[in-house]
Order: sequence, then structure tokens, then C-alpha cells
Amino acid sequence: MTAKPSVEELDLIETGPDTSGPDDSGGLLGFGDDGGDFRPATPRSPQVYVTGIWIALASILMFFMGLTSSFIVRKGLGTDWAPFTLPPLLWVNSLVLLVSSGTLELSRRALRDPDPSGRTVYRRWWHVTTALGLVFLIGQLAVWQQLRAAGVYLASNPSSSFFYLMTATHGLHLLGGVLALAYVAARSRRSEFELWRAERAAVTATATYWHFLSGLWVFLFLLLWLGR
Amino acid sequence: MATEAHHAAHAHAAPTGFISKYIFSKDHKVIGIQYIALALAAVFVGMFLSLLMRLHLAWPALHLPLVGLMTPEQYLALMTMHGTIMVFFVLTTAPQSGFGNYFLPIQIGAADMAFPTLNMLSFWFTFVSFVVMLAAFFVAGGAPISGWTAYAPLSALGEIAGPGLGWGQSLWVISLAIFSGASLMGALNFITTTLDLRTRGMSLMRMPLTCWAWFITAILALLGFAVLLAAGILLLLDRHAGTSFFIPGGLLVSDRIIDHKGGSPLLWQHLFWFFGHPEVYIAILPGMGIVSHVLSTFARKAIFGYRAMVYAMGAIALLGLGVWGHHMFMSGMSPYSAFAFSLLTMSIGVPSAIKTFNWIGTLWGARIRFSTAMLYTLGFVSIFVTGGLSGLFLAQPAVDIPLHDTYFVVAHFHLIMGVAAIFGMFAGTYFWFPKMFGRHMSEGLGRVHFWLTFIGVYAIFMPMHFIGLAGHIRRIPDTSAYTSLGVFQPVHTFMSIAAFITIGAQLIFAFNLVWSLVRGKKVANDNPWEATTLEWTIPSPPPHDNFAGLEPVIHRGPYEFAVPGADKDYVPQHLPDVRVAPATGDD
Repeated sequence: MTAKPSVEELDLIETGPDTSGPDDSGGLLGFGDDGGDFRPATPRSPQVYVTGIWIALASILMFFMGLTSSFIVRKGLGTDWAPFTLPPLLWVNSLVLLVSSGTLELSRRALRDPDPSGRTVYRRWWHVTTALGLVFLIGQLAVWQQLRAAGVYLASNPSSSFFYLMTATHGLHLLGGVLALAYVAARSRRSEFELWRAERAAVTATATYWHFLSGLWVFLFLLLWLGR
Repeated sequence: MATEAHHAAHAHAAPTGFISKYIFSKDHKVIGIQYIALALAAVFVGMFLSLLMRLHLAWPALHLPLVGLMTPEQYLALMTMHGTIMVFFVLTTAPQSGFGNYFLPIQIGAADMAFPTLNMLSFWFTFVSFVVMLAAFFVAGGAPISGWTAYAPLSALGEIAGPGLGWGQSLWVISLAIFSGASLMGALNFITTTLDLRTRGMSLMRMPLTCWAWFITAILALLGFAVLLAAGILLLLDRHAGTSFFIPGGLLVSDRIIDHKGGSPLLWQHLFWFFGHPEVYIAILPGMGIVSHVLSTFARKAIFGYRAMVYAMGAIALLGLGVWGHHMFMSGMSPYSAFAFSLLTMSIGVPSAIKTFNWIGTLWGARIRFSTAMLYTLGFVSIFVTGGLSGLFLAQPAVDIPLHDTYFVVAHFHLIMGVAAIFGMFAGTYFWFPKMFGRHMSEGLGRVHFWLTFIGVYAIFMPMHFIGLAGHIRRIPDTSAYTSLGVFQPVHTFMSIAAFITIGAQLIFAFNLVWSLVRGKKVANDNPWEATTLEWTIPSPPPHDNFAGLEPVIHRGPYEFAVPGADKDYVPQHLPDVRVAPATGDD
């Protein structure tokens, strides 16, 4: 059979056939004739990384919701809120980040392609995504530079305090995303993933995180722009 | 096809070096013990601080060791650090991160937590956080005086506002930010482990109630500590970057007008208590889990209403996320908001009562084995009821407003959050010690420890309710501050003496712990309590990979005691079938 194996077949090959079933060797651990029902352990599923990232996102969302409610309360209660002009560069940055989410999806789609050339495409779009992430971060630093030049500092006004705080905390999370992208790429290049399933889980986890940060940025940008 | 079992067993080989085995260990059991050791160190520090405070309250003119003649500011610093250390480094650390780390993977049949490296980082972050917190004692100005709630603007202004509010307060905030990070990592690990690493047959509704408690607590920690971290960052920026999130305009402090403006002190209260109220449940829920577990085992009966217990814990957690406002009835909030917060708060009484009645239902008609662990479990139920009832008083704004700044509140939260949670920990310690170390703790010393502690805490905190009702304000260094407080002095002396005896009783516990580690009676078998859950199927202490590369298969719920027809009065979870006793023909 020369046909390339499908994704499901690949998974089956790598996990091996299901050899589960009651292990009758009770007493192995000193249960005596208690007849303990134990069987060989299966390896920890890479699925934990995907689950883990969703749990982490819940926490990150709470963090930013904490900041958002502070923004709303501080703006509503204070009498000293003064809007400032957001640099147009932010629109460019936002576009870059949204495009990076698109290229990441192109990369993931290529990974699902069983053709060997798929891996080349997967890596190429993965690197493009990493580069776009870095461009976004540099762009955000440039925005800060422009604000500084305009005399808008962290402590100038609550509106600028929240702007710096939210862009900084989002940027730090995104920096973590860039590092994750680079880490997955390095492991993939050195073929360090023991299971193809593990690589797919790492890719899914990283992509989930990345798309979340893109979406979060759209939310934060709208909040900072409309609420300034 | 290479079998994956070999692969897995190989990947889980035990580390050999001392440092990788005991210091930077990724083994959930070692990490659990590290957490418990940290909490033990912290509890003795916290207890020492309360000892100093109680000495001063009973004999205000006394010259104390390390302190001398105590100033009001020093008293407030002791109070702040006592609260902070106890809440974070004892009540949050031991029941959840300590016992949870050790027993969650074993009880669900896993070889380790989902993310062992993250688990290690989580412990060491907590350790660094504790060191930073203690460092606050040794910087210029000393420890902060703003209470464990660090209300702004007092906590936000810096040293101009008082001693300890300079570097001491900054270290306090930094320490809690690190602690938040550690707790978030831990919560992530607990939730993922519970969801993904349960062994075959271990459905959610077959998990021991301890696992449910740790799981639900982890969800609260995941949501709560994220908000505390955000609040801490805002506070640090106010203190060091010149922003005005919490500092209002026109403040005159130490004869100087502060140049911040427009901030909202109430914003801090909202953010803090959005974390702070769930934190109360983070402290008590693991205790509820341990108590349900131990109670069923020593009552030799299935826990009454297992599902109701799970749903009640879920309801407590869910409602607990929406009641933070009841800490702020004094803040001048709209009576409509206060009414909503009050109603939600009182509704927590329903799931709490369900739990209490289920515990009593489990005990009803049981052949109870009164081990020390069981005594502490019964003590927990008693304290939980006593401390919980005063919570219903305080849930009503009309009652809370006159009582809020009195010792009544101090008595309430010490019983429900402090003492009850500690009783849960003691129950867990006496119960699991044989599994963790292969030796029994002394039951005789345990009983003495229990009765002294049980009577001691009631002797300390019951009078405290009454002086609170009589109008004794809290956070007051001694009764000489107001002439009206003078009549309470004998009560203070009584409570202090009770506290000294109770603290002395803890030395019995410490001795029992150390002595039993070295000289305790060795366990005769792996299941000395004749319990049903998975931790009792493996050697004591458990090997590095828990189940020796095997995976248990679960066939039944966690508390099958006194099953009709079974040949013993307990059926472990991994047994495939109940062997019916041979018919004798007599009946």
C-alpha cells in the first residue's frame, strides 16, 4: 500500500493498538489475593498541553477583565480623565497582528497535509507568524516612543496610565507567544517531538494562545480607542 | 510497534541526585511535602506574632522580646504580618498545594501532575514569595501596618503615610504578586491533572471528595489570583510610578498635600475583595474535602449524599465569586447593591447546611472509630457550624454595620477560615501520615493535642464574640486607647492565657510530628485505616512513580463501606467485583 497514511492512521500507528483490558496479574504490588485490577500505564497524552492552555486563557482573561473593570470604574468615578490622540501606527500594528493569526492558520493547515511538502509550508508560515509577532512588538514600542515624544507619559493622566499598562501587559503575553512559537519551531526542526501527536498538540496549544492574544488585542484596542 | 508502556516507564525514572530528588524535585509527592514544610515554618512564624500580640493585649506594660515596649504601630505591623502569613502561606499553601499535590495524582490514579516542571516552579515561586514577605520585617520602617487587606490610600501613599508603608509595603505587594503567579501555575496544574489524567474508570463522579475539593478550589484560585495580580500591579504603579489609580485628590498626609488626584480607594476594595472572598473558600474547601473523606472512612459508612456534596461545593464556589461586596457594607454602597450582596451571601448558608447535614447523616447510626484524625474531623464540623452561623449575622448590612469594626468579626473569621481550615489540615495530617512516611503518629499525643486545641480555640474565640457584641473595636493595640474599653481587660487576659495554652499544645503536635518520623510505629500494611481509595493500594511511602508503571482501573465509587454481601466492610475502588460471602445456610 503506497497511499500516504491519513491523520487518524498516523495517530493509530504512533499510539499503538489498544492493548488495554484487565490485567490479571493482581498481587504485583502486594495486593495479595485482593485481585487488584491494574494494567500497563499509557503515556501521558500530549492533550494536556491543549487543555492547559485553555485553563491558562481563562486566568489571563480574568487578569485583563480586572484591568478593564478598573478602567471603567476609574474613568466613571474620576473627574480628571483627559483623552489623548492615539498614534495612527496602532492601526498598522493591529493589522500586522491579525494577519499573523491568518498565517498561523495557513501553517496549521499545511501541517495537516500528509504530503511531505506540507512540512516545508508549515515551517515557512510558522516563521512568518513569528516574524509578524516581532514586528507587532517593535511597532508597539514605536507607538510608546511617539507618545513620549508627544509628552504623554505613564503618570500623565489615568487615560495614558491605562494605555501604557494594557499595551505593556498584552505585549508581555505576546512576547511569551513569540518565544513559544520559536520553541516549537526549534523542537520541530531538531525532530525532538517523540510523537507526531505531540507536535500537533504543541502547535494547537501555541495557536490557541496566539489567536486569543489577537482577539484580546482587538478588544483592548477598541476599549482604549473608544473609551479614551 | 514499541509498546508505549516501556516508553512511559522509562520516562518516569526516579532522579538520583540529592538536588533533583529533594530540592528542585518534579515529583508531586516531594513538592507536596515541600509545601507542607513551608506552611509549617510559616504557621510557627504567624503563631509567634499572635503570641506577641496576645501578650501585649493582656499586659500592655510588658517589655517583650524583640519588640520592647510595643508601640501602636508595631502592634499594627504584627497584625498585618500575622494575617498575611497565615492566610497566604498557611491556609492557601498547606491544604491545597501541600496535601493536594501529594494526593490528587495518587487518588485519581496518575503517575504525576500534568506539568511537573511547572509544579516545581510553582513551589519555588511560593518560597521566594515567603522570603520577600519576611524581608519586610528587616527593611527601614519595618513591616507594613495596613492590614492583610492593604486598603488604599494608606497602602498606596508610601512612607509618608506611616512606618512600614515605604519599603515594607512595597515588599508586601511584590511578595503577593509572586505568590499570585505561583498560585496560578498551581491552579492550572490541578485543573488539567483532574481533567486529563484520571485513570480508566475514574469518572468525575467516582473521584474522592478530596479531589473534587481541590479541583473546585483550583478554579477559584485561577480566577481570583489573576485579579489580585492585576490589583497588585496597579498598587505598585501608584506607589512607584506616580499614577493615581487608588489615590484620591487633595489628600493631606503628614502636613503635606499629596499631588495625586482622582483615584478611587473603593476600586482597590472591589478588586481586593473580588479575590479576597473566594480566597476564604480557597482556604476552607480543601478542608471540607478532607473532612468528608476521613469522616466516611472512620464512620465505616458511605458519605451521605455524595452528589449533593459535590454540587454543594460547586454552589459555594460559584456563589462565593459574587459576594465580595459584603466586606464593603461600610463603604457607603447603595442599599440596593448591599441588599443583593446580602441575599447572595445568605444563600451560601444553603449549600453549607447541606454539607453539614450530610456529615451528620453520615455519622447517624455509624460504628465510629475515634482515631485522632476522626476527632479533628468532628472538631471541624463543630467549628464550621459555630463560625458559619456568625457569618449569617454579618451577611446582613443592618447587623454588619455596627459589628463590622468589632472583635465579633475577628472571632467569626478566625473560627470559620482559620481554625476550621487548620482542623482540616490536622485531620489530613493524622490520617495520611502513615501513607506519607510509613509510620503512625502517636495516637495518645494526638488525643491530648486535639482536646487541648479544641477547648483552647473555643476559649479564645467565644469570649471574643461577646466583647465584639459589647462594642470592643478591633485593630486596637490595648484597652487603654479608650476608657470605655477598660472593662474588657479581664476578658483579654483570659483569652491570652487560653491562647498560650493552645499555642503550647501545638508544641505537642510539633514533637509528635518529629518523633513519629523517626520513632513512630511502623505501618503493618498499606491500608491501616481499611480505606477504599487508591492511595491505600500502594506502598507507604509510595514509590516515585506511584503505581510502578501500571495504571489502576476503577470499578466503583470512592466510599463503598459496609456493602451488603461483601466479605469485608470496605470495598476498594479498584476491585472488579464484590465477592459475596458464602451462604452459611443459617439465615
